[in-house]
Amino acid sequence: MALPAARRPWLSPVNRRRWQNFKANRRGWWSFWLFLFLFVATLLSNVIANDRPLIVSYKGELLFPVLVDYPEEKFGGFLAITNYRDPYNRDEIESNGWMIWPPIRYSFDTPNTEAPTPAPSPPAFLLTPAERCATYADGVNDRDCVFGNMNWLGTDDQGRDVVARALYGFRISVLFGLTLAIVSSLVGIAIGAVQGYYGGLTDLLMQRFIEIWNAVPTLYLLIIVSSVIAPSFLVLLFILLAFSWTHLVGVVRAEFLRARNFEFVRAARALGVGNLTIMRRHLLPNAMVATLTFLPFILNGSITTLTSLDYLGFGLPAGYPSLGELLRQGKTNVFAPWLGITGFSVVAVMLSLLIFIGEAVRDAFDPRKTFR
Amino acid sequence: MTETASGGALLSVRNLSVAFRQEGGETLAASGVSFDLEKGRTLAVVGESGSGKSVTALSVVRLLPYPAARHPSGEILFKGRDLLKASEAEIRTIRGAEITMVFQEPMTSLNPLHSIERQIGEILKLHGTSGEAAVHRRVVELLTEVGIPDPESRLSAYPHQLSGGQRQRVMIAMALANAPDLLIADEPTTALDVTVQAQILTLLKTLQARHGMAILFITHDLGIVERFADDVVVMTKGEVVEAGSTAEVFAAPKHAYTRHLMAAAPKGEPPAADADAPVVVEADDLRIWFPIKAGFLRRTVGHIKAVDGVSLRLRAGQTLGVVGESGSGKTTLGLALLRLISSQGPIAVLGRRIDGLDSGAMRPLRRDVQAVFQDPYGSLSPRMTVAEIVGEGLAVHEPGLTTDARDARVVEALAEVGLDPETRHRYPHEFSGGQRQRVAIARAMVLKPKFVMLDEPTSALDMSVQAQVVDLLRDLQARHGLAYLFISHDLKVVRALANDVIVMKAGKVVEAGSADEVFAAPKEPYTRALMAAAFRLESISVAD
Repeated sequence: MALPAARRPWLSPVNRRRWQNFKANRRGWWSFWLFLFLFVATLLSNVIANDRPLIVSYKGELLFPVLVDYPEEKFGGFLAITNYRDPYNRDEIESNGWMIWPPIRYSFDTPNTEAPTPAPSPPAFLLTPAERCATYADGVNDRDCVFGNMNWLGTDDQGRDVVARALYGFRISVLFGLTLAIVSSLVGIAIGAVQGYYGGLTDLLMQRFIEIWNAVPTLYLLIIVSSVIAPSFLVLLFILLAFSWTHLVGVVRAEFLRARNFEFVRAARALGVGNLTIMRRHLLPNAMVATLTFLPFILNGSITTLTSLDYLGFGLPAGYPSLGELLRQGKTNVFAPWLGITGFSVVAVMLSLLIFIGEAVRDAFDPRKTFR
Repeated sequence: MTETASGGALLSVRNLSVAFRQEGGETLAASGVSFDLEKGRTLAVVGESGSGKSVTALSVVRLLPYPAARHPSGEILFKGRDLLKASEAEIRTIRGAEITMVFQEPMTSLNPLHSIERQIGEILKLHGTSGEAAVHRRVVELLTEVGIPDPESRLSAYPHQLSGGQRQRVMIAMALANAPDLLIADEPTTALDVTVQAQILTLLKTLQARHGMAILFITHDLGIVERFADDVVVMTKGEVVEAGSTAEVFAAPKHAYTRHLMAAAPKGEPPAADADAPVVVEADDLRIWFPIKAGFLRRTVGHIKAVDGVSLRLRAGQTLGVVGESGSGKTTLGLALLRLISSQGPIAVLGRRIDGLDSGAMRPLRRDVQAVFQDPYGSLSPRMTVAEIVGEGLAVHEPGLTTDARDARVVEALAEVGLDPETRHRYPHEFSGGQRQRVAIARAMVLKPKFVMLDEPTSALDMSVQAQVVDLLRDLQARHGLAYLFISHDLKVVRALANDVIVMKAGKVVEAGSADEVFAAPKEPYTRALMAAAFRLESISVAD
């Protein structure tokens, strides 16, 4: 009974229509690709902006400092980790080989010790070539007076490169937002599913619990917790997750409540299919429409939460590259507008792109949507 | 009535076409439809689902979803004026005043948040009646006319407080409010119980005689057409295939499709009763009571007795028909026998007590007791292929089966219900209603059950498809010695399948016996009313 001719297509007709609808929203479609490009690019931040060379050839040996921490002993020094920006180390390497630097020779936490002005120093394009390299020993002719060593968008008040911080900040914002959105969706879907499927007392008790839980003021809790333990990435994720999982419970619960008495669910019960299988196979696909429609907006909300917490100083600890922290520096250093403008632009572009994608996703899942 | 058809007709539809714009082009829902309706006459438009009859009716008042719909050709002359060329403002003065409509589903056509006085009053005010007192007087008058008892006290009632028949009466009152010249009734009785259907049709007939309005009656039910309409137009696939006076068309149908429609009623005899066949399902004094809770402490103050003391015995190869109106508890009874809802009282399947088993202990028994539900659109998960749907039960009950073996069983089951097994990787929406019901039957049959609960398996289907499904069910029963519990409100289908019949009303069995006895000499007045409604629509004195 092999009938390979009638194989099912990899996208069901419903999903093919959704894909078409998604593409038909041109703004969302382009936003999607642009966002994907930015996300992939920032995932590679380590090879775009770093204070270590990408490849080093030293005494005939190929080294990859971005991937491997080489102790300075290797180059005749004594520190545990090599500082490749140190002139002594650079001389040592370049006299015994060569090295290739990333386009930006600063990582998010590298202070520019030779900044042209006291920190925060303005973007390179606001300075004359002579001003840019004024602090180098040989001025414009110094071997360090290269494009990659310029602070294209200036430095912050600790002399760190703004472009590098924006790149790494974008990455950590999206990663944090994605993790939070996905994990809280998983929890929310599971709990909403249980509530909607079983209904009755289970539903009643959990709904009341959620109402009480939602009444807990998250911000105060964060302030209290951050005074007890240092809020690392994971701690912050966990605290925010504890309160953000309730977002999706309502929609998923409603979908399950609606669909649990559908005849095909009843038919599955008559077949003897187990509760978990019914929830996963028959009910969850119905709830996925609502869930996926909400997901970009939840992602947006997660990013905004992180950024505002960072801005207030209750977010990621000092040292993390965060957009909220960049914005706060912009506020405290009003005479250095490049800080605020950069922070604002990055956040605005990121959130706008996500909203546009969210609109396209919403269109894609709208069964009544017709085009032309 | 003596005027010539083209000049004097109240409504004259000429060469009307309706096209719907969709992804990848246009579909023609109706093409070249022409008919005339004169003042005071009733014209029935008959056809199966998808024949374009409703679309035609809705174009008369331009209620189609424009601009997704458009009319490539045709004209609709109402009192000599082309409605297709009328402006939106003009059409609004005609809608609800000169042409009114009654829709199929009275629950959704009424706004659940407005009292009936407000809903009827709104139509009156929109079309020129002014003054609270005048509106109030006219509303009471209309409700009296459509036969709502004690209309003064019902004015502040909301739709959910009325029965289905009363809601449809309110809809008719709204349609009558401005003394229309033309009433378009789009399947006005389809959603109602058979006994109520007859009352509503009589009401329409009386009102027509009194007001002299024309009725454009859309239906799929030839029985209604025969006794209700003066003229009939038969449509299929968007085209008119036959038109003429009802008497002529019914006496000598010319077109093959009309003959096919008339011959489509379910026919055939159930297998002979065999008192020695083994008992498959047995229930004794089965009760399903839903508690009514009231007061601060939610104490149980009473029960809604959905099923109250029903006993039945079903043998292999036999069919027990369960008949009753909506709300009589017949579906609840069926679900309880499958242990899909909780009940009190012993139930035995193949001699084994199954009441009191928990869901885990029940699971291995489920392969012997299967179900086919009413709505073939709702009972198949839209996100699974037919192969997955049919194979789902196998995965539960024969988990040891290899993928290929399971696929072979699915193919076998699909072939048995008359579907092309090649289509098994398609999704349900690619199948017609009748094919979907076959998929649902295949899903039950693939497990080789002993007992199948059939909950109105034919009532969502077109008449000609109903007959095919009934034949299929009878064939499967004979081949596998299945026991059927056949739930229906349609006595014609029951007569074609059932050996024994129980008639239910308000959760109780009011009559039981062999089908021949019950149909030949119904004892209960309620059974007689059901019979009259199903087989002789003209005799409609219902003891209510």
